[in-house]
Formats: sequence, structure tokens, C-alpha cells
Amino acid sequence: MAIEWYLVLSALLFSIGFIGVLVRRNPVVILLCLELMLGAGALAMLAFSRMLGDQDGQVMVLIVLVVAACEVVVGLGLVVAMFRRRLPLDVDDMKELKG
Amino acid sequence: MVELAFFVGAFGAVGGAVAVVALRNPFYSVLALVVHLVFLAGIFLLLRAQFLAAAQIVVYAGAVMVIYVFVAAYVGGIEEPMFDSSPQLRIIGPILAVALFIEISIAVLGSSLTALGTEGTDKIGAGFGTPEAVGKLMLEDFLIAFEAASILLLVAAVAAIILAGRKRPEKKVT
Repeated sequence: MAIEWYLVLSALLFSIGFIGVLVRRNPVVILLCLELMLGAGALAMLAFSRMLGDQDGQVMVLIVLVVAACEVVVGLGLVVAMFRRRLPLDVDDMKELKG
Repeated sequence: MVELAFFVGAFGAVGGAVAVVALRNPFYSVLALVVHLVFLAGIFLLLRAQFLAAAQIVVYAGAVMVIYVFVAAYVGGIEEPMFDSSPQLRIIGPILAVALFIEISIAVLGSSLTALGTEGTDKIGAGFGTPEAVGKLMLEDFLIAFEAASILLLVAAVAAIILAGRKRPEKKVT
């Protein structure tokens, strides 16, 4: 299996996640699509790690896993806070910070 | 054999990803992401990343997805109208994504890195990607990153409690 295949698969998964972030409006689904994009990045990193025979990329992916977990925790905390305040769960309606 | 495993994993991962984006109910999206992550962990195994494949299943499909399921159940399955975002984004979003995919593919396939077309180097030891090897690397060469990640996790846990916690009436200090 050439490494190219893994990289193209990674690009495809990243693009699907990108569509989701742009098109969907529910914040929970947007977080899920961010997970897709992070997973695609991890796949590319592991492919290069395998190609070079160097395990540093795997440590990097592990750190990305931790950062993704933090992002999920804070993001879902925001979703719960929005729900508690009876705000609509729709990112298009959350534009009070817009200048 | 490797090709078969790769394509099964790739179809599963892409199918799961499409289902995450396309399903209306967030609850089903979460379950589709679990499917996607399991297939992705299979592809990680093909890349000799055994420890990360296990971590992916335990941390993501096990722990993070449970939080997602709880929040999706708490918030309630809101059936949002399909792709009812602002009309410009609905058209431009997929176009941008397809352009991005084509661009990355051209960059990957057209790059002059000859190593890309190979299986990868043969000089990998038997311990490549095992928990021993990754853990040794992490606690020796990348100790600062490891500690920073632990502090980040602590900060995120505190932030989640502050964001989502119920406000208590303040007690009067007497």
C-alpha cells in the first residue's frame, strides 16, 4: 500500500468534515465534524510517521487526541450552558458578538 | 490482503463521516462517528500504530462519545431542517470543500517526494508503535509536551464545570 492512498483518504475525510462545519447549524454536530477533521489530520501524521520510520509523529497524534478531548469538554459545556439559558441551539442565531 | 483491509477501513471511515454530516438527528450523528472512529482505528493499525489505535477506541469511542451521547440526550434530538443554513453557505460550502479535496490531492499526488509512492521505509523495528516505544518517547523526549497536555486537561475540566455548572445562590459571609 503506497502512502499516497492514506494521504488522499485523509484529504477526503478532512473535506467531509469541512462541509459539515460549514453547512450544519447544530453546535453538537459542528463539534462532531471538527472531530472528523482532527482525525483526518491524525491519519496524515501517522502515514508520514510510518513513511519515515520515526515515532515522533505518533506522540504528536497522542497530544492532538488530548487537545481534541479538551475541545470537546469545553464545547459541550458551552452547548449545555446555551441550553440552560434557553438560547436556540443554532449557531446562525448566536451572533451577538458580531461587530 | 493489506489492500483489502485498507479499502474496507476506508469505505467504513468515509461512510461514517458522510453519515455524521448527513444525518439529521444529532444522536444518530454521534453513533455514526463511533462507527467512523472504529474503522479509522483499523487503518491506524495498518500504519503500525497499535497504541494509538487502542487509545483511539478507548478514549474516543469509549469516553468522549459517552459525553456526546449524554449531551445529545440532555439537549434533546432536535430534528433540524436539512441543510437549512444561510443559502450562500449551503452552495459555497460544498464547492469549497470539493476544491480543497482536489487541491490537496493534486499536492499529494503531484509532489516530487518519491518516498510517497512506496510502502514506507523498511527500517522500522519490531517495537514500532507499541505502548513501550511511544511511552518511552513521551516521557523522555517529549516530557514538556506531556506535562503541558496534563495541565491543559485540568484547565478544560475546570472550564467545563464553570461553564455548565448550576449557579448556586451565594452564601452571605457573616
